[in-house]
Amino acid sequence: MSVALAQPENFYQAKRGLFSWIFSTDHKRIGLLYFYAIISFFLVAMALGFLMRLELIAPGETVMGAKTYNQVFTLHGVIMIFLFLIPSVPAFFGNFLLPLMIGTDDVAFPKLNLFSWWLYVLGGIFALLTLVVGDGPADTGWTFYAPYSVKTGTNVTLAVLAAFILGFSSILTGLNFIVTIHRLRAPKMGWFQMPLFAWALYATAWIQLLATPVIGITLLMIIAERVFGVGLFDPSLGGDPILYQHLFWIYSHPAVYIMVLPGMGLISEMIPTFAKRTIFGYKAIAYSSLAIAFIGYFVWGHHMFTSGMSGPARVIFSVLTFLVAVPSAIKVFNWVATLYKGAIDVKTPLLFSLAFIFQFLLGGLTGLVIGALATDIHLHDTYFVVGHFHYVMFGGAGFAFFGALHYWYGKIWGKMYNEKRAQIAFWLMFIGFNTLYFPMLVLGLMGMPRRYYDYLERFETLNVISTVGSWILITGILLMIINLIVSRKSGKVAPRNPWGGTTMEWQTPSPPPLHNFDATPVVPEGNPYDHKNNITEKA
Amino acid sequence: MENFVLANSGHNRDDEASKFGMWLFLFTELLLFGGLFLVYTIYRYLNSEAFLHASYELDVVMGTVNTVVLLTSSLTVALSITALQKGNIKLTQGLLVATILFALTFLVIKYFEWSAKFEHGLFPGMDHYDHLIPAEKMFFFLYFFMTGLHGLHVIVGGVLLGFVMWDIKKKKTTPDNFVYLENGGLYWHLVDIIWIFLFPLFYLIH
Ligand code: HEM
Ligand SMILES: [Cu+2]
Repeated sequence: MSVALAQPENFYQAKRGLFSWIFSTDHKRIGLLYFYAIISFFLVAMALGFLMRLELIAPGETVMGAKTYNQVFTLHGVIMIFLFLIPSVPAFFGNFLLPLMIGTDDVAFPKLNLFSWWLYVLGGIFALLTLVVGDGPADTGWTFYAPYSVKTGTNVTLAVLAAFILGFSSILTGLNFIVTIHRLRAPKMGWFQMPLFAWALYATAWIQLLATPVIGITLLMIIAERVFGVGLFDPSLGGDPILYQHLFWIYSHPAVYIMVLPGMGLISEMIPTFAKRTIFGYKAIAYSSLAIAFIGYFVWGHHMFTSGMSGPARVIFSVLTFLVAVPSAIKVFNWVATLYKGAIDVKTPLLFSLAFIFQFLLGGLTGLVIGALATDIHLHDTYFVVGHFHYVMFGGAGFAFFGALHYWYGKIWGKMYNEKRAQIAFWLMFIGFNTLYFPMLVLGLMGMPRRYYDYLERFETLNVISTVGSWILITGILLMIINLIVSRKSGKVAPRNPWGGTTMEWQTPSPPPLHNFDATPVVPEGNPYDHKNNITEKA
Repeated sequence: MENFVLANSGHNRDDEASKFGMWLFLFTELLLFGGLFLVYTIYRYLNSEAFLHASYELDVVMGTVNTVVLLTSSLTVALSITALQKGNIKLTQGLLVATILFALTFLVIKYFEWSAKFEHGLFPGMDHYDHLIPAEKMFFFLYFFMTGLHGLHVIVGGVLLGFVMWDIKKKKTTPDNFVYLENGGLYWHLVDIIWIFLFPLFYLIH
């Protein structure tokens, strides 16, 4: 810092009262509003996951019947996808950090930002309303496959409406970020001086913008079908259910990159800091985000290998699926190369990052197994798939989210978390996670189908192990959350830059003042991860 | 203590950013309709006979008149932007009123068109409709769905232009600050363009 300034008022102190939050246009407050909503939904869906695992601890009915089980996994999936994972990293960390990282004081459209939070809340309310009105939550699975979703008596219409509104909210966030990155970077910051998290958000924002409208209209078609029953997707009325699946996955495959790309961005921030080394292959990581976003548009067919598609189409989709693995692997190699010969400082965020690499790797490789035509015939709709996507979405994106929560904890709340408790929580989560999901991969190979409340005797041992894993995992998560809550009161005061990070958010006080900076931030020369000219460390 | 404020603030006026944002939003609108166009294309391809037969029921004259009305309204809205840039506020307001009137005309004509279909019992659930073969049902369903969604956009666009007029009256949108009007105009052109695709698809292809 050029001039030493007295500590300015932070953004919590600047204004007070409930309305100063729920009608705030400050990106930091909106980010936090998202956070509290997102984490609450996560806990609800986690509880549903717990109940499902409890049901599966033994064959036959244990705590719920078939219909309830179907409703529970649907609600679990809908909440985890649309209310937790899709908004988690962009809407919380993106909102809070993007303006700080690129050296500005807000997003390009602050009011729109607030509006998208309100849309999110509205969508959340609709999703929860399905619990209390009519015949209960939808029982279709989060994919709402037609024609069943048109025929079932459960609350599909409300659930679909919720997803539609949440999609709209996600579009507006993406739009806001694109314009912000184009227009509001600090005057001297070139594209390749942006932190990699900003790159990841940029690539993600384009997917949000270009894929989400397609699901929006598809979901509207489901509602129209339920009201008028024309049979757009009903073969007995001349419609084509496969068309629904195409329309659904045209969005939802790109959407899996909405879920994981921002998480990868977080990892790219944490690893260089704790390895005390410049990130290896900065441009390769930045470009691979764009490559993933681009190729990700053309692989949706891999969800439909068994539902009827021509041979050539299947081969093409399979090849393209293998192609997406390349930019993902590029990132993994670069992270590992960054760690090589680094002065590694093992702190909780790094542990989560390493767990991310390990679990994402397993998720990615099992993805190739089901991306291959022959093996997918055997594994489609088995527990192998459930294991696979939890490894990517939870073991990957989810762990990145929790790691980042520790990494930026001081910046956001102004206190440091308790390291020892955090590490205990991490190990419980890591062990619990793998105990919970690895057996699912094996169960899938053995042929246990997904989305049933019951199973054959011979699957019992592994299911018991898996359920016990869920208890360990949930204990870890709860411990982590308690630790974070307690640390807000009892933690040490966070300095500007507790980890020796090199990006611009570390140049401002923790928590930041209302307008983000107390002096014009210094844009690092060249690569933003160069520890040699770490301005803030010298200061 | 004084709060330090950055030069590159998100709260600054930035017309480029506003327009960029609007363009991005228009992309999403196109994609929204894109899904429907895709469904239309596929079912048209699979049932070309039935779609053709059903399309004879539509009133080409009304459709054509509406196309002319919308195209003219795009002209008036474009002219209103130029008028404002030149500082002629009266003319701007006049042209915007004309645009909104055209929008209303479009909706009124659409209303008569739809009513005629209702009288023939061609809406999903009515008796004539129920006796059609499935593919023809699909045609009418898509017709109502797509023109209905488009009609909704006409209403939104008209209301948006109404807000712009309010802003002009309040002197918030002025000859040096007219990005709001420009964005309203852009949106209006989108409404127009979508109709330009809908019209031949439903009324003209024979
Ligand atoms: C907290 C611990 C969690 C547990 C115990 C858990 C457990 C489960 C179980 C048992 C199923 C149902 C499998 C079936 O019957 O087919 C399931 C499905 C699912 N889970 Fe989780 N899960 C957890 C966390 C997550 C997270 C973090 C995400 C995403 C971010 C997630 C996303 C999903 C999705 C999308 C489905 C599919 C729902 C469907 O089939 O429609 N889960 N989970
Ligand atoms: Cu996919």
